[in-house]
Amino acid sequence: MLALCASQLTAILDMNLLAFSSRNYIKHDNAGQFFSSGHTNNWAVLVCTSRFWFNYRHVANTLSVYRSVKRLGIPDSHIVLMLADDMACNHRNPKPATVFSHKNMELNVYGDDVEVDYRGYEVTVENFLRVLTGRLPPSTPRSKRLLSDDRSNILIYLTGHGGNGFLKFQDSEEISNVELADAFEQMWQKRRYNELLFIIDTCQGASMYERFYSPNLMALASSQVGEDSLSHQPDLAIGVHLMDRYTFYLLEFLEDIHPASKTNMNDLFKVCPKSQCVSTPGHRTDLFLRDPGSVLITDFFGSVRKVEITMETINLTDPINSFR
Amino acid sequence: MGLLSDPNRRRALISLLTRLNTPICLVCYMAGVAWFMGLAFEPFTLRTYMSENAMGSTMVEERFPAGERALATGREFAAHKKKVGGMPVDWLVKTMQARGLEVFTQSFSRTLPFPDENKERYMVKGTNVYGILRAPRAPRTEALVLSAPCSPGDNNQAVGLLLGLAQYFRNQIYWAKDIIFLVNEHDLIGMQAWLEGYHHTNTTGMDWSPLQGRGGSIQAALSLELSSDVITSLDLVLEGLNGQLPNLDLANLFYAFCQKIGVLCTIQGKLQRNDWDSVSGYSHAVQTMMLMVMKQASGRPWGDHGLFLRYHIEAATIKGINSFRQYKTDATTIGRLLEGMYRKLNNLLERLHQSYFFYLMPSLSHFVSIGYYMPAFGLLTVILLLRALDLWVQLTHIFTGRYLSIYSACIGNSPLLIKYVSSQQSSPGVLSVLTPLVISHLTGVALYTLPIRFQEMAVEHFPVSETEAVVLTAIAVYTAGLALPHNTHRFLSGEGTEQGWRVLKLVAVLYLAVLLGCTALINFSLGFILALTLVPVAAFVTPHIPKVLSAFILVILSPACTLLFSVFFFQELQEMPVSFQDGWLLYLSVISQGILDHFLYGSLVYPLIALLVYPCWLLFWNILFWK
Repeated sequence: MLALCASQLTAILDMNLLAFSSRNYIKHDNAGQFFSSGHTNNWAVLVCTSRFWFNYRHVANTLSVYRSVKRLGIPDSHIVLMLADDMACNHRNPKPATVFSHKNMELNVYGDDVEVDYRGYEVTVENFLRVLTGRLPPSTPRSKRLLSDDRSNILIYLTGHGGNGFLKFQDSEEISNVELADAFEQMWQKRRYNELLFIIDTCQGASMYERFYSPNLMALASSQVGEDSLSHQPDLAIGVHLMDRYTFYLLEFLEDIHPASKTNMNDLFKVCPKSQCVSTPGHRTDLFLRDPGSVLITDFFGSVRKVEITMETINLTDPINSFR
Repeated sequence: MGLLSDPNRRRALISLLTRLNTPICLVCYMAGVAWFMGLAFEPFTLRTYMSENAMGSTMVEERFPAGERALATGREFAAHKKKVGGMPVDWLVKTMQARGLEVFTQSFSRTLPFPDENKERYMVKGTNVYGILRAPRAPRTEALVLSAPCSPGDNNQAVGLLLGLAQYFRNQIYWAKDIIFLVNEHDLIGMQAWLEGYHHTNTTGMDWSPLQGRGGSIQAALSLELSSDVITSLDLVLEGLNGQLPNLDLANLFYAFCQKIGVLCTIQGKLQRNDWDSVSGYSHAVQTMMLMVMKQASGRPWGDHGLFLRYHIEAATIKGINSFRQYKTDATTIGRLLEGMYRKLNNLLERLHQSYFFYLMPSLSHFVSIGYYMPAFGLLTVILLLRALDLWVQLTHIFTGRYLSIYSACIGNSPLLIKYVSSQQSSPGVLSVLTPLVISHLTGVALYTLPIRFQEMAVEHFPVSETEAVVLTAIAVYTAGLALPHNTHRFLSGEGTEQGWRVLKLVAVLYLAVLLGCTALINFSLGFILALTLVPVAAFVTPHIPKVLSAFILVILSPACTLLFSVFFFQELQEMPVSFQDGWLLYLSVISQGILDHFLYGSLVYPLIALLVYPCWLLFWNILFWK
């Protein structure tokens, strides 16, 4: 409905521009830009696939992306958060109910209002693929569904232990890059996304986006095939590594983004160069129809509602008056 | 035709085998010994590394502050111990309760089969005191144990440190497993009683009261021995009952923390050296490895931890050593090291199983795994198999030789000749071998049962103590076995034939091979040492070698003399060489300790030697005196 209103508004503005162009100066460019990406809603699917206390950093990775995404405007109802283990309430956590991303406990990414949709053993390959493709049993609650449509921009973030062509779920199963590519194709066929940004932070992450073949997919990975993604810093009080390098610098980058930022994807590709990450991050944009330079970060990470207040009065002509 | 099915080629192979048998055996023996000695050479070893992912690296922050207070508690403990004249149970219970643990006691009693002269005890009665620190948020499914034995004069600082750590640990919330702080009386006997009570088993006939409180299944245990306020180094003891070793990850964890905190750490009491390419550096590594081999072969637990291993609980003993070095470590640092180790063990999700269970350590930072040291033993066993093959070939030649002679006699058509030839070959077959086997094993059974059974009779008739009676009876039975061949020959059928002793030797050689193989699988050091001495005996004994000289060599290479030489060698390795008298007394005490270990803790070395190895050696003795 919003799309319908928006297109009508465009039409009306256009008409008025032609009618009043001599007297009223309307910022047509901004309006155009508002609708340039073609999406009307944002979704995020954030998955941490590994369990056990020594994989604390994967949960912290996912929670920091969750935090940024929520801060930039995507509501919990549009986020599917899957965490394979509960680090905050693990018996070994010396600070219960917290998950820290910076050492010396500067930043608690668990927060007060985290909403985990798939937890513990519910994070499986099958559940993940069902969420993506929408093939869930009717009894699944709304919070566990990805209710996207053909005007949704979706951010998918995966982290865990991976290898060449696969990602390990829960120490007992794997998802392969072929399965993932096929799932995205299903999503395309069912018109479940407008544009999709895929970020993966695992060892040999670039292998996971090698097989994509559906349009409008952009992918980023923390390391190339044959490289390991490294963890960032340990916290000696907690006794584990807190974050992985790529996501740590991604979080730092995202902390500078606010809903009105004009930062685009080319800046995202520069996050964590080899000097900081030790591994070489990679990206893939050949399937994406727009130029990455024109794609805003907030197109995927935020849910931007731009409101413009105009001080002009617009006199509606008689035929429109009669609509009432 | 195939290599083995073509008769010509087979005959060629067999002749090669018989011709070259002795040289190959010699080469294999020397290769086996050389391989073993080469294990300590550093380029052939691997650096130790942490295999368990959950334990990760040493990245924890150790914050234990109360080393001095722990030492004060230790002094209080010593005072109360002296006042009570044993274990101050009430004081310990009160102190542990004050630290917030759930405290329980267990009383136990045991009458030893004969008095233990080393520790001066015969009828042992004691109490174990243990306190359980419950994990704040975890279910009570797993536990870790920290123990310190309560010895009459010693080890007070260890108990003090244990109580200090208990107080510190109680204030932390990150424990996912229960921690049991155990103070056991009468060291190994108390520990055995506690473990049996904890696991509801009763394998050694001890009397103990059931445990009132329990943690979950124990994942790892450490035993502390600390007798001075400051130490210069920490020694790690790994060898347990029956030569069982804890998972190498426990040693790796200890070494990693030693390096992080900067404490000097040793194994076998020897400090590591960096000059592996020099002769003295290499001999140092060999000495360290030989000490481990000797300790493992003895089959006795060399620390209180040794009894945990049987229950699949990885355990080690940490000893504080105060020698003449400039840099001293205080109790707070030791407390921090233990805190770090326990925090890492806390992170475990499963039992330690990623690293090796069978290994040798020429130094604390290098190890040799089973895949590398087994070929040394394999080379020695190959000698036995070659000998067996050789004997088999000889036996078939004798058989075919006989048949040929019968055949030629038949052709000669003389019935008298046939009768003469047939009476010559009484053809003993394999059953004739049974008699020496049964007699040897009966002697073994006598060696196993008589010393304990007849100690009272021996004490009545001779002016010796019970311990001496037991040991001397054992030696007497052993020596009596040497006289067997002369007395039992009339019972042997097939005597006087070339075939008879060959059959016996074939059976004996195969029996020895199986015995040594099984022993080496469980306790490599024991198997290897026995193989070193018994394989030459088995390979070269025949009735035709000079009797007196070979009898002397056989006695030298018998298990009892091997033990005697090992005692002297062990003292040499520890740089405490003994005179012959002291060595002999030490030897007698080693035998009595071995017998006691078997009855108290279930050590298998004494029954193995008495019931299996000694009869096997007697078979070869029999062959030597075959008429």
